[in-house]
Amino acid sequence: MSLVSPLNRVLGLVSAKEGAEHWWAQRLTAIALVPLGLWFAFALGGLGDLTYDSVVAFIGQPLNSILLILTVLTLSYHSQLGVQVVADDYLHGPSMKAIVIVVVSFAHVTMAVVGVFAVLKVAFGTPG
Amino acid sequence: MDRVERPLSPHLQVYRPQITSVLSVLHRATGLALSLGVLVLAYWLIAIATGEAAYTEARAMLGGLLFKLCYLGWCFCFFYHLANGIRHLVWDVGLGLERGQYQLSGWLVVAFSLVASVGYSLAVIF
Repeated sequence: MSLVSPLNRVLGLVSAKEGAEHWWAQRLTAIALVPLGLWFAFALGGLGDLTYDSVVAFIGQPLNSILLILTVLTLSYHSQLGVQVVADDYLHGPSMKAIVIVVVSFAHVTMAVVGVFAVLKVAFGTPG
Repeated sequence: MDRVERPLSPHLQVYRPQITSVLSVLHRATGLALSLGVLVLAYWLIAIATGEAAYTEARAMLGGLLFKLCYLGWCFCFFYHLANGIRHLVWDVGLGLERGQYQLSGWLVVAFSLVASVGYSLAVIF
């Protein structure tokens, strides 16, 4: 037996069965970002003036490439989940909400792809 | 269906700011600000991957005064969102939810994020 009223079912105001997944993903990425975020902050701090040679050498180290890719992916996903909640809560027009969520999602996927591609290109392209 | 414009509850403006509500708003605000930081991170990485000339250009822009002020802000946002995020994770397992506990942890988060962001800024940004 469904507890959803017929009107709400027609209007689509029913559980999308995705709430728990979103909540869990946000926590998982949050836990992962504690060590990754601290690593990134201190690694960046240790690079000093961020000259071209020093950042290329840094990203070229396999451990750093891997941690950077993990950071970029986790950060993009966590950011997407967080910004989406803010949009869900504070934007009220259905079309406005839809437009913002589409733009936010595209932007986050793009940032993730750009970040991963850039790290891989530097890591594989570092001349011996 | 036409929506009737009725006043919405809760009426936030009649509440005295409390450590819990203020830190909760700040958690969202710092999270949003950090999302903009991801944009800069992606730009920085792709500039490195594009080559030395592109990176030199990007570095000149990212090293400017405007961005230095942003790094100060992001620095606080990072340490605050990190510490308060851990506070939220502790709540998620059911701990620290007594009145005295969440007030104390709230002030500890504020103290930690101020000390950590000032320390990091002095050591790294300037």
